[in-house]
Amino acid sequence: MNYLSDSLLAAVALILSFDREVQLAVWTSLYTAAVAIVIAATLGVPIGLWLGLKRFSGRRVLITLLNTLMAMPTVVIGLVLFGLFSRQGPLGELGLLFTPVAMIAGQTVLAIPIVANYVLACVNGADQRVIDTARTLGATQFQASIQLIKEIRFGVMAALIAGFGRVIGEVGVAMMLGGNIRGSTRTMTTAIALETSKGEFVFGLSLGLVLLCVALIVNLFLNMLQQR
Amino acid sequence: MVRLVSIGLTVFFMCGLFPPVAAAERLRLATTTSTEVSGLLAELLPPFEQANDCKVDVIAVGTGKALKLGESGDVDVVLVHARSQEDKFMADGYGSDRRDLMYNDFVLLGPPHDPAGALDTSDLAEAMSKIASSKVSFVSRGDESGTHVRELQLWQAAGLVPQGDWYLEAGRGMGEVIIMANERQGYTLSDRGTYLAFKDTVDLKRVVAGDERLFNPYGVIMVNPARHPHVKKDLARKFLDFLTSEEGQGLINGFKMAKEQLFYTH
Repeated sequence: MNYLSDSLLAAVALILSFDREVQLAVWTSLYTAAVAIVIAATLGVPIGLWLGLKRFSGRRVLITLLNTLMAMPTVVIGLVLFGLFSRQGPLGELGLLFTPVAMIAGQTVLAIPIVANYVLACVNGADQRVIDTARTLGATQFQASIQLIKEIRFGVMAALIAGFGRVIGEVGVAMMLGGNIRGSTRTMTTAIALETSKGEFVFGLSLGLVLLCVALIVNLFLNMLQQR
Repeated sequence: MVRLVSIGLTVFFMCGLFPPVAAAERLRLATTTSTEVSGLLAELLPPFEQANDCKVDVIAVGTGKALKLGESGDVDVVLVHARSQEDKFMADGYGSDRRDLMYNDFVLLGPPHDPAGALDTSDLAEAMSKIASSKVSFVSRGDESGTHVRELQLWQAAGLVPQGDWYLEAGRGMGEVIIMANERQGYTLSDRGTYLAFKDTVDLKRVVAGDERLFNPYGVIMVNPARHPHVKKDLARKFLDFLTSEEGQGLINGFKMAKEQLFYTH
């Protein structure tokens, strides 16, 4: 019990102290997750729309595949991209391993199936006459799709929130591709893992509480947008 | 309002692409967890970084993985503690310059009531075989770290092949393994630094210390630029020079943890 209340106090102290290292870790977590989710949205939303609207042979297979990808462990994504970004790998020349760019790439791969699946579910649940109506009114296929996205915007927002939550809370990709470098690729989650391995459980848990606070603020903000 | 928010978000993302830390020249160092977790590198690196206007990126992993990162050229320098593997690394041509940096020792830890009776003996091999025959839990790193390599050598020296329910291969970091050994009230082998960090949170005691087979030397190796041309060889050489200089060695000797000197220079 002491352990938990100590952590709570330490978390409050940590937030109030504006510790630079903690700030940097929060910042790294936030911006990698945010960039990853933007890229994942630009790829995942169209995939979800396409699978939801088009009827073609092999569609069921693709959907099953997408569902399976949601279960992909973050460490496996880390391993695959590690092979890609390592100096020995095909993209090794770029020297991207252990940089924020590599982390963003991994988190994007992690988020795309989640975003696409949520959007797919929304499209299936939406009134598809929106598309037909828009088309009869002279809209192009693209314009009609935009109309549909407007119709299911809450669902799309939920997709982005789910993806963001998954990405900002994961540790496997950030650790493998980022390397937990202080002041560069150390995120909230890898910092927690490091403090745990040091035996600083109270500090680790208080960092966890800080992470939850940050997630809360982001979600409040997105919620505010949704209300409008 | 929506426009304002989207502009705000765009600025936010753009800022994200330029990390707040000024991008000086960066040296990549793969090292064993004990040097990072103990806080030694936090003392050792800033003077070097200031003198050379650079930043040392520390990637703290086990010795096995650190050497792998050196082999694939993903880092410029490795700082590890498994002499046999370091020699192989050099012999295979992956490193171009290896220097002895410092040493300390491993400690054999066990529960205070010592169920295996390993405390009675001062001979390490005998202590190991007592643990094995008593079937009290022994938690092994099981991750090809420097500590794991040494532990396997110790079993071998005792003429034993550890297997059975009592031998737990955790596959985790040193800190987690100490916690596991504490929870299971079993034995484990640890580097001195991590043990000191955990001394107050666990009730494991040092069973054997000071045996010469527990000697734990650290070496620093520059990755071979002939094999990996992108290795920052000038900065890497300066780094090795700094670590082995009077200043670097003085910092290592002066580093204390829980009022105990943790690393010694040759």
